[in-house]
Amino acid sequence: MALTDFSAEEQIAAVVAGETSSVELVAAHLARVEHDEWNSFLAVDRERALARAKEIDGLATRPPLAGVPIAIKDALSTRDLVTTAGSKMLEGFRPIYTATCVARLEAAGAVIIGKTNMDEFAMGSSTENSAYGPTLNPWDLTRVPGGSSGGSASSVAARQVPWSLGSDTGGSIRQPAALCGIVGMKPTYGAISRYGLIAFASSLDQVGPFARTVRDAALLLSHMVGRDPMDATSLEWTEPIRVPSATRLDGVRVGVIEELMSDGIEPGVRAACQSTIDMVEALGGTVVPIALPHAGYGLATYYLIAPAEASANLARFDGIRYGHRTADADVLLEHYERTRAEGFGPEVKRRIMLGTFALSSGYYDAYYGQAQRVRTLIMRDFAEAFAQVDVVASPTSPSTAFRLGERTADPLSMYLSDICTIPISLAGLPSLSIPCGLSEGLPVGLQLAGPAFSENRLLEVAHALELAIGFDDAPQGVGV
Amino acid sequence: MIDDAITRHVARLARLGLTEDEVVRMQHELSAILEYVDQVQGLELADIVPTTHAIPLSNVLREDVPTPSVSAELALREGPNVTADGFTVPRMG
Repeated sequence: MALTDFSAEEQIAAVVAGETSSVELVAAHLARVEHDEWNSFLAVDRERALARAKEIDGLATRPPLAGVPIAIKDALSTRDLVTTAGSKMLEGFRPIYTATCVARLEAAGAVIIGKTNMDEFAMGSSTENSAYGPTLNPWDLTRVPGGSSGGSASSVAARQVPWSLGSDTGGSIRQPAALCGIVGMKPTYGAISRYGLIAFASSLDQVGPFARTVRDAALLLSHMVGRDPMDATSLEWTEPIRVPSATRLDGVRVGVIEELMSDGIEPGVRAACQSTIDMVEALGGTVVPIALPHAGYGLATYYLIAPAEASANLARFDGIRYGHRTADADVLLEHYERTRAEGFGPEVKRRIMLGTFALSSGYYDAYYGQAQRVRTLIMRDFAEAFAQVDVVASPTSPSTAFRLGERTADPLSMYLSDICTIPISLAGLPSLSIPCGLSEGLPVGLQLAGPAFSENRLLEVAHALELAIGFDDAPQGVGV
Repeated sequence: MIDDAITRHVARLARLGLTEDEVVRMQHELSAILEYVDQVQGLELADIVPTTHAIPLSNVLREDVPTPSVSAELALREGPNVTADGFTVPRMG
């Protein structure tokens, strides 16, 4: 096994035992980052990463993350390190501050190795909307890695890093984790500060970890949660996140979401998820079918709320203070219209238009207002479900990784990629995807979700299932 | 349901310049998406309170603690067109 095949936890242990160093780890991963046949990375921070690793190796007491490298989604601001959010609008942009969650990981001893590719401004489900070319799925280079955090997912699957950060608005961590055969977690809304996360839809956006094991995802999460004075929606986190160790599910009630195990889901995906659900009882848990009567309205609700919020958030890209600026506009209105026409790609324009329409005079109540009411109904459905069960389970994505170009011509067909993840996002619940098997050689993700603040139980359940599944997370030709 | 005039009006509101081709394409794409999202119109929602935020929080305040500000030099660093002490802006009209 190469150093890059080890989990983050194993890498930390090896550093602590004196078997390797942060410099060795960073160098080993940089070699894979710089040979990036998947286009996972938009920026690599070689010199600073090696300098930071050397610094950590010289410390008398090693920080908890011991100088293990990490990749950061390009939606998160990193001071002086180019941050584009996958857009031409921010080509060459160097933030003047670092996102709180990234700063916390650096303080805990993680070494940032680079910034990962993504759908422009996190709008997409395949990473094909990046202005810098699509990311390829390490399991099959003719297929997408999912999105929007596709580069963060592919970089972990391809062993360019042991773990990474993504952001999830409607499924942008869980769906690419599923399509790349790794673990991806979106915590409770507000668990992690959004300060420094380039905003997409503020009532939904949440940062979270990608890793190859549930324990690594938990470890990374444990260093990021908690209140930040710079984000008024960030939450006090009284119970620390624990690295899980459960091997059994005694007493755990697992609800299977009936609406998401139906005809709209590929048979191979359903089969892999069902075979995992069938393990629950052998591990001591119980399985209960659960109905979410309004889940079917989730996608429609999301495609009103998210674009509406995005249209307001993206108003800041005006070519004045940072980012792209059109040349030689005579007057201000022309300057705005040309700057934004040149800087934004087609999907971002589509969502700005949709959101501006949904918020415009005469349509606000019928669209945005109604969507916020449906959001209440979806939240009630989950509250009723969690009166009966501890966690709910479903497929993460209705299909395995699809082919590049397959869904780019039809926006709605792309939007349907997120049909399983969106209802949970609207309810602000913690949720993760774990790999649960293969369908025709491609990974399938099982999505688990629990009530707000139930991260620790969710991670324990995921850990017990992960052990029972025994998924081999190495794509052919990559790693061991 | 989205006609040419609405498309142009919304693009102006969004300060987004569209080519003639984009106006036509956007009109079709937005109409298709709105046709799909229109399913929420069929629900009985009059008595339902809208959700603006999934986790209940209210009156989030903090101590007013003075901290150092960003320097003018740093704040202007990424500006695509700046003078010594400010961002330049085209005239209003």
